[in-house]
Amino acid sequence: MDFDYTEEQQLLEDSVSKFLEKNYTFEQRRSIVASRVGYSATAWEGLANLGLLGLPVPQDRDGFGGGGIETMIVMEAFGRHLVVEPYLGTVVMAASCIATAGTDEQKQYLLPPILEGKMKFACAFTEDGGRYDLDHVATTAHMDDGQWVLNGSKSVVMHGAVADLLIVSARTSGDVNDRNGISLFFVHPAEEGVSGREYPTYDGNRAAEIGFENVRISGDSLIGAADRGLPLIELIADRAIAALCAEAVGCMKVLNDATLEYLKTRQQFGVPIGRFQALQHRMVDMVMQYEQAKSMALLAAVKVDDADPVERRKSVSAAKELIGRAGRYISQQAIQLHGGMGMTDELNVGHYVKRLTTIDTLFGDADHHLDRFAQAESAQPLNVTAFERPRAKWRRI
Amino acid sequence: MDLNYTPEELAFRDEVRAFVRDKLPPQIARKVIEHKRLVKDDWVTWQKALYAQGWIAPGWPKEYGGTGWNPVQRHIFEEECAAAGGPRVIAFGVDMVGPVIIAFGHPWQKERYLPRILSSEDWWCQGYSEPGSGSDLASLKTRAERRGDHYIVNGQKTWTTLAQYADMMFCLVRTSTEGKKQNGISFLLIDMKTPGITVRPIITLDGEHEVNEVWLENVEVPVENLVGEEGRGWTYAKFLLSHERTGIAGVSRSKRELAFLKHIAAEQTQGGRPLIENPRFRDKISRVEIDLMALEITVLRVLAADRQGRPPGPEASILKIKGTEIQQALTELMMEAVGPWALPHLPDSWGDHWLGERVGPEYAAPLAAQYLNFRKVSIYGGSNEIQRNIVSQMILGL
Repeated sequence: MDFDYTEEQQLLEDSVSKFLEKNYTFEQRRSIVASRVGYSATAWEGLANLGLLGLPVPQDRDGFGGGGIETMIVMEAFGRHLVVEPYLGTVVMAASCIATAGTDEQKQYLLPPILEGKMKFACAFTEDGGRYDLDHVATTAHMDDGQWVLNGSKSVVMHGAVADLLIVSARTSGDVNDRNGISLFFVHPAEEGVSGREYPTYDGNRAAEIGFENVRISGDSLIGAADRGLPLIELIADRAIAALCAEAVGCMKVLNDATLEYLKTRQQFGVPIGRFQALQHRMVDMVMQYEQAKSMALLAAVKVDDADPVERRKSVSAAKELIGRAGRYISQQAIQLHGGMGMTDELNVGHYVKRLTTIDTLFGDADHHLDRFAQAESAQPLNVTAFERPRAKWRRI
Repeated sequence: MDLNYTPEELAFRDEVRAFVRDKLPPQIARKVIEHKRLVKDDWVTWQKALYAQGWIAPGWPKEYGGTGWNPVQRHIFEEECAAAGGPRVIAFGVDMVGPVIIAFGHPWQKERYLPRILSSEDWWCQGYSEPGSGSDLASLKTRAERRGDHYIVNGQKTWTTLAQYADMMFCLVRTSTEGKKQNGISFLLIDMKTPGITVRPIITLDGEHEVNEVWLENVEVPVENLVGEEGRGWTYAKFLLSHERTGIAGVSRSKRELAFLKHIAAEQTQGGRPLIENPRFRDKISRVEIDLMALEITVLRVLAADRQGRPPGPEASILKIKGTEIQQALTELMMEAVGPWALPHLPDSWGDHWLGERVGPEYAAPLAAQYLNFRKVSIYGGSNEIQRNIVSQMILGL
């Protein structure tokens, strides 16, 4: 058992932190959010130069060869700086998806441009009416004359409009909620029949509604095996969730630091408000929630690479549940303890609160993951051997 | 970064597991697991088994009889003992007064008391709280006046856990009323057989006799039983409180209780289905389980920081609060799980030698009392509110 970063991980942490401190201050981020495209081409290039765009790509494909812990390190830093780059979709999801399940040809054609920062991805899994269920897939794909033909629509696709290539889940057999019969495809957004509408999300990111009407794509656009895409989707989503947990921890850290500082400096009744026990205890509770959240982000980062999908799912969902709860608590108390200032757009507090609130909604909120956790639990045998004993004889009295 | 045990750590775990399997009497383990009433002999039997193995005081320096284990090994040891239903080692001797004597005691005190702590020959109790001094412990009034070779001690201690069994008490007494209240406190070791000591039971709301009042009337304590210097008792008391930081989370025991809760919830039925399948109840279990998963990692993070010799971060101080919240939630859920079977109050049936008739499943009988009893954990050892004050002042600088 060992809780220390390796030297390489420590270097990663240092370099990403240093980069963001220089290129992603709160004011720089403000203008990036307000820009036409909603992300920073300069920052993206910088991330490419640091090798961060190949983070989950194996070293024999010129990547960083990182796993859950490396992703955690990067995403925690992103959380501290409220990074709005399409990193989750492109790197944590698409690059790792291609590296895991892509054909040799797909790896060869797609990984180098990702690493060089020339290709951005978005993963279109969510549909209207499906809420957080990844197996709710009404979008269809069928084979016609050696080509796949897609019909349907995807909702709230994060960074959907800036993507050079989409990864789309579509049903190749079965009914809307069947676990089998789902496949994954690469779809070029410029393909005829693809329609899109971009809009901002309240946390400063961008998303899109994307429609597919008789979109014809080549037969080799399939990722992994046809009809058996769901386990891959779940794996990629779990990687995204573990990454979001780490990002949330970064946000919480900033909120707690800012709130503590405010308690020490804001004067009322002639004393710093941090002298008041009601507020002190609230602050301690925020710190406790943070430490528990940090522990769970760590657990998710380690277990997301576990070969047993039940074990992986259980830990990742437990983390998302706890972090959803902790994020909500810290967000609300950070605003409350900042008083009126916490309500302003000017202060950074509200922006971190908005990101934390968004993170709870991405890939399933706390309730969704409580349910998923319990289901994963019931899939594992209950260890009761220690308690087995002959049952007491019953008598009517 | 690796959450898995190394092969050496796994081998150590197997060694501990084999020991516990061989030496922990099953009837004691069953009592612990099923929340039955333990008697002095149960604790002493288990402590003597640990002593014979040389494992009774993992936290002590090796030259005094410690094990020399690193924090991860100590964690593994706790895990294995708790999972199998080993009774807790009574903390007052091994975990509390022992380290104080080692750090500040006179050589004769070490020679006399440490071996007797290790062998369970002496049962210790803690003379801290007084009727007027709970959270504000430093306001304590029990007086110790120096007269020749003795201190004459007068006063009253309260909430003294298991004092009915005690041979010795470590006691905070006031030797001076001058200056800051913390500076007039001294740390005395008192033989419970000394004339003038009266132990009176306090029956708690679960109907049990666990805590006591200890009255001290003109109790003569030899001056040589003073630990360290007169007037420095508060420093030693604080040292004592900070000594055991990770054990107070009780993660290992809570894991066993969680498993027992699931066992009960799988046996109890509602609408013809196991209670554990009721989403409303299952969610409650899952939430506690997730909190416990997080706390376990938090404890391990603190242990890792210990091993690196880094000073404890804020995470160390949340362990008592979070740990006791989880313990209380578990006892509450166990009681809820058995529904109406929590009601029958047959306290004799939780002890040894019960031949009477049971009402409801055997595991249900002690659960209401257990729930009530566990309200204490957020009060003792510095209430959770005092813990928040400590974090706020010592760590956050508020």
